[in-house]
Amino acid sequence: MARGQGQKRGTATLNWYNPRVRSIFYQTVVLVSVIGIVWFFAATAQENLERLNISSGFGFLDTTAGFGIIQTLIPYSEQSSYGRAFLVGLLNTLVVAVIGIVLATLLGFFIGVARLSRNWLIAKLAAAYVEIMRNIPLLLHLFFWYFAVLRPLPGPDNSLTPFDGVYLNNRGLILPAPVFDASAAYFFASLALALAGSVFLIRWAKSRQIATGQLFPAWRTATGIVVLLPALVWLIAGRPFELEFAERDAFDYVGGMRLLPEFVALVLGLTLYTAAFIGEIVRAGIQSVSKGQIEAAAALGLKDSTTLRLVVIPQAMRLIIPPLTSQILNLTKNSSLAVAIAYPDLVAVFAGTVLNQTGQAIEVISLTMAVYLTLSLLTSLAMNWYNARIALKER
Amino acid sequence: MKNPLVALLVGILIGVGGLYFFLPYDPLSLGEGPVAVTVSPDGAVERASAGDTLRRVKQRGFLQCGVSQGLPGFSNPDERGNWSGIDVDFCRAIAAAIFGDGSKVRFRPLSAKDRFTALQSGEIDILSRNTTWTMSRDTQLGFDFVGVTYYDGQSFMVRKAAGIETVRDLAGGTICTETGTTTELNLADYFRSRGLSYKVLSFEKNDEAIVAYDRGRCDAYTTDASGLYAQRLKLTDPDANMVLTDIISKEPLGPAVRQGDPQWEDIARWTLNALLNAEELGVTSENVDEMLESDNPRIRRLLGREGAYGEAVGLGPDWAVHVIRAVGNYGEMFERNVGTETPLGIKRGLNALWNEGGVQYAPPVR
Ligand SMILES: N[C@@H](CCC(=O)N[C@@H](CS)C(=O)NCC(=O)O)C(=O)O
Repeated sequence: MARGQGQKRGTATLNWYNPRVRSIFYQTVVLVSVIGIVWFFAATAQENLERLNISSGFGFLDTTAGFGIIQTLIPYSEQSSYGRAFLVGLLNTLVVAVIGIVLATLLGFFIGVARLSRNWLIAKLAAAYVEIMRNIPLLLHLFFWYFAVLRPLPGPDNSLTPFDGVYLNNRGLILPAPVFDASAAYFFASLALALAGSVFLIRWAKSRQIATGQLFPAWRTATGIVVLLPALVWLIAGRPFELEFAERDAFDYVGGMRLLPEFVALVLGLTLYTAAFIGEIVRAGIQSVSKGQIEAAAALGLKDSTTLRLVVIPQAMRLIIPPLTSQILNLTKNSSLAVAIAYPDLVAVFAGTVLNQTGQAIEVISLTMAVYLTLSLLTSLAMNWYNARIALKER
Repeated sequence: MKNPLVALLVGILIGVGGLYFFLPYDPLSLGEGPVAVTVSPDGAVERASAGDTLRRVKQRGFLQCGVSQGLPGFSNPDERGNWSGIDVDFCRAIAAAIFGDGSKVRFRPLSAKDRFTALQSGEIDILSRNTTWTMSRDTQLGFDFVGVTYYDGQSFMVRKAAGIETVRDLAGGTICTETGTTTELNLADYFRSRGLSYKVLSFEKNDEAIVAYDRGRCDAYTTDASGLYAQRLKLTDPDANMVLTDIISKEPLGPAVRQGDPQWEDIARWTLNALLNAEELGVTSENVDEMLESDNPRIRRLLGREGAYGEAVGLGPDWAVHVIRAVGNYGEMFERNVGTETPLGIKRGLNALWNEGGVQYAPPVR
């Protein structure tokens, strides 16, 4: 390392004019203080818990939970542990967050583009959507959609049956569940193969077009491959899965797959609310692309949709990604309002029921916070990586 | 390399020294003795030691009482924010014992889920919120229950048209309840131990649970039987619904205080006992002033004419007189809030005094 010219070596006195010495000094003071304060709070908490006779530690995670959960993506019963209940809640949160993010982003882009439409009606409708949706508190959205979803639906006795085996009632949307046998592996392998092949094909077609200008109907071919290859394998492997239909019992349908009204309402509320914000972000991003670029594209004879896809969006993306990231984080965190409508997410199951049954607020809340922090950091990392990839390359 | 090293050492010294001076007390003495810091609701850091809840309540000038968000008969606010119910009256009784004035109490509505944290953190002085006395709550949460204000049990509300007569008929059904309650656990126990399937929807707030049941999302709504009678009144058509006669659990509902302050615990426990003893001795809010002249030694001790019972727990001699003037005796409290003359129409049943066929039995003032 290159050292400053004027630095005296080997003296034990503090040289305050040396920036390195100063920075080490200040950083140590801050670090020691932070560690000390954290230790102080931890020790005080521990002391107080002991004094108040409140159990502490994470041993409770192995204790039997003893309560039921209505939606479990992994096997769970009342005899499972609190730790298992934690995982069930975490997965329920992730499902809602991932589906909500995908839908909100798609809808948000659509709204953002629609707001800039030259069609007066479409632009005004999109503007009205944004103004209405983002000015209603999210909790009201959830209640509204929950009870709006529930109200028109009939009870299980009068279920709507659009197709055989599909039932819609106020207990949810009940679908036949696929039951796989051993040879289903071939089917999934062929599906994966077809998808990978399509990606390769589309890339190849694109680079060829850039190199030679020749067009190849890559998308159509890819769709064909993805549909036909697995279908063929399915037939050859002797139809390796069957559909299990739900059956009626005294109160409800049993078996099959089920979308709960709570889930649907939560996804709807989160999506519609967040899409309004994303729409504004997309609009701002698009408007930031200079008019000259669009005019230049028009002068080259590009179609409006092509201009949007190849000229405007790629440049707008750089401005859209950072605020979009915070909307995605918001959606994930907002999904914790689920408990209001009885959807068993992490906060409802773990920071709700488990906290209440064990009384170990500090442990439960720190674990819950750690989960949301990790989810947020992972999302940010992924988005930053994407942002760096599409960043303007200085040439 | 010496310079940075010295900077590091000096930094550590100053950091530690600074901490030592600015912390509210000597951090090295942690773990020696009962001194610890708690943050009071008003944000001030104070040293808490056992035995001073009463002092703090007196200093503050009112009692902080944790109640439900609205359960008719137990703790329920009207449109103008006046609270009524057995649980509410119990807090008024304690306020009367301390201040001679039953109105020196503030109610803090708590969901089932948040109630324990509120008591642990010192946000409230007493939790009087239809809370079941269980072993884990008594031993692991740092609480002590002071008695039973209402003997209850869990049951189910169903639509009359559904033709359900016993809990077993509910096998396979969806059941709405509130999260963070014993209800959730009893429900699981009942169905699991009988090998019956069920689906549970746990809401954070009662209001949504009730609406969901009302809209047909669930086949049944479950909670303490008393709660069912109260919640039934909130339905669009109460008469189309009924409460099953099956009771699947024991739910002794009672007030709880933080562990570690025996004096405070005694005040709460003996306020409840005074209410029960008053009923047993025929002392009511109407005749309490005449009763002051009674020759019955049991009445004289209760009302502070003989002995120094109130003083022993840090209260005035006539503490029980104030209690009875403010809310009446236990029987009056019961009849006024949940009794047969009220919309809830609950009979005394288990909650009658021991000498009248119930199990309410208070140790004597002696
Ligand atoms: N006794 C049970 C249940 C108590 C409970 O919270 N019941 C609900 C349903 S009746 C309630 O009081 N809700 C009123 C509210 O949330 O304010 C327990 O202690 O866990």
